[in-house]
Amino acid sequence: MIDFLNAFVALSNFVLIPAISYGAQLALGALGVTLIYGILRFSNFAHGDTMAFGAMCTILVTWLFQSWGISFGPLPTALLAMPFGILATMGLVLFTDRYVYKFYREQKAKPVILVIVSLGVMFILNGLVRFIIGPNDQRFSDGERFIISVREFKALTGLKEGLAFKTTQGITIVTAVIVVIALFWFLNRTRTGKSMRAYSDNEDLALLSGINPERVVMVTWLIVAALATIAGTLYGLDKSFKPFIFLQLLLPVFAAAIVGGLGSPLGAIAGGFTIAFSEVMITYAWKKVATYVVPESWAPDTLVQLLSTDYKFAVSFVILIIVLLFRPTGLFAGKSV
Amino acid sequence: MSEPFLIGDSMTGGYGNGPDILHDCTIAVNKGEIAVIVGPNGAGKSTGMKAVFGMLNLNKGSVRLDGEDITALSPQDRVVKGMGFVPQTSNIFTSMTVEENLEMGAFIRRDDYKDTMTQIYDLFPILKEKRYQAAGELSGGQRQQVAVGRALMTQPKVLMLDEPTAGVSPIVMDELFDRIIEVARTGIPILMVEQNARQALEIADKGYVLVQGANAFTGTGKELLADPEVRKSFLGG
Repeated sequence: MIDFLNAFVALSNFVLIPAISYGAQLALGALGVTLIYGILRFSNFAHGDTMAFGAMCTILVTWLFQSWGISFGPLPTALLAMPFGILATMGLVLFTDRYVYKFYREQKAKPVILVIVSLGVMFILNGLVRFIIGPNDQRFSDGERFIISVREFKALTGLKEGLAFKTTQGITIVTAVIVVIALFWFLNRTRTGKSMRAYSDNEDLALLSGINPERVVMVTWLIVAALATIAGTLYGLDKSFKPFIFLQLLLPVFAAAIVGGLGSPLGAIAGGFTIAFSEVMITYAWKKVATYVVPESWAPDTLVQLLSTDYKFAVSFVILIIVLLFRPTGLFAGKSV
Repeated sequence: MSEPFLIGDSMTGGYGNGPDILHDCTIAVNKGEIAVIVGPNGAGKSTGMKAVFGMLNLNKGSVRLDGEDITALSPQDRVVKGMGFVPQTSNIFTSMTVEENLEMGAFIRRDDYKDTMTQIYDLFPILKEKRYQAAGELSGGQRQQVAVGRALMTQPKVLMLDEPTAGVSPIVMDELFDRIIEVARTGIPILMVEQNARQALEIADKGYVLVQGANAFTGTGKELLADPEVRKSFLGG
């Protein structure tokens, strides 16, 4: 019995908790992608770098606060700085929309053209972020490192396996839950939110109903900026901030949005966790958990790792391909333009 | 004769910069009446209605609502002026509930629209029953009721229906016609395009038979039904 408990603790420590917090970050990123797809009808490749830009602004404000001696007690100062990062990112996306995307929207450009335009925006943003903050790793987390550390957990339970629950993981999960609830409340309960869903559902009828498309687009960008900044900052807090990481993160984020069904917010969340759990579970060495569960004579000699962690991005690709082959509109039947 | 409430007067025009589809075509509806546009396939019935709603460019002619010239207004502005329009296809928000569809219909209204919604639920009781269901899950006839209900939410002064009975069974068609008559009884003039010429003319106060984008016959529904030439050409004898 105690072996099973140990196995479960090891599983939680190395798989469940990391996958849930990673899944929450992906879900927040995928929500941004899926909203843009639903309203503006193109895949926004600049989203990864919007996340980087938001995180960067948050980091800069965090450093400023730290230099002033402002802190948030046991919580990271970055949480205090995040609203400023969100505001800066809102300014950025409204700027790119006004001076880049709007031009193509008025031309009624095809989605594929907008995708290429967003690629251009992506490269410029990427350069901008590296120019401002540099290409290296930046550390900006402070406050308590752990909610529960391995040693505390062992002393508390007397189990052989330890469980660490990092503050950043806790914050990620709590923030993601709050943000998702707020977003769904907005989309389903408010007039503006409903008009966004109506516009996404049937553009012509929305126009006939007197819904102003430019306002819908603006509100969408504002929400996306907030989501991107929160996702980027949480990811940076949990792992580390490095501009190039966000380019790579674009893959699992898009995989999550597509797996869930582009244009479906609920799908983006489901997709985020699907990708995160697959990635973590396939690249985890199961030896430890297996040793506890199976009889001693069966204990594995190898690591029981399906794939080296170097290949973790391949997992998103494979899931993406499987979904596109068998359920092209995603788990929650999104749109296909 | 006094000016009709809504009139598309000798309209000539087509889509974008394309060729003219309508040729000196006149369509009008009086207060408290049902006007029906019928005609063979490709006669420009829907185009005529879209012209009245401002969805194509008029080279000649004008559209007047309650005596006011609205020829230059966009369709959105005409909605604000009090015109309700139900397109033939994709006329509901499929992913939203019935109630949300109605709310979106009332988007331009800033006052309390609860009373209007109650009226619409009285008119279409099935919608009240399914108010929290996604509109896309409803049957064809129910969807058309949602579409008409959505257009009624602005409390329009005139309602325009583009083939409301397209693709529904004859039984549902009869029911929809009954509902449309009920809407007309509330005092809203109705202008509609119909494929089912005979049934439509039976309920029509005024009928327009269009051929090749021009008025071929005009009269009351009864007159047209009785006209031997109309019968021979369009009603199958």
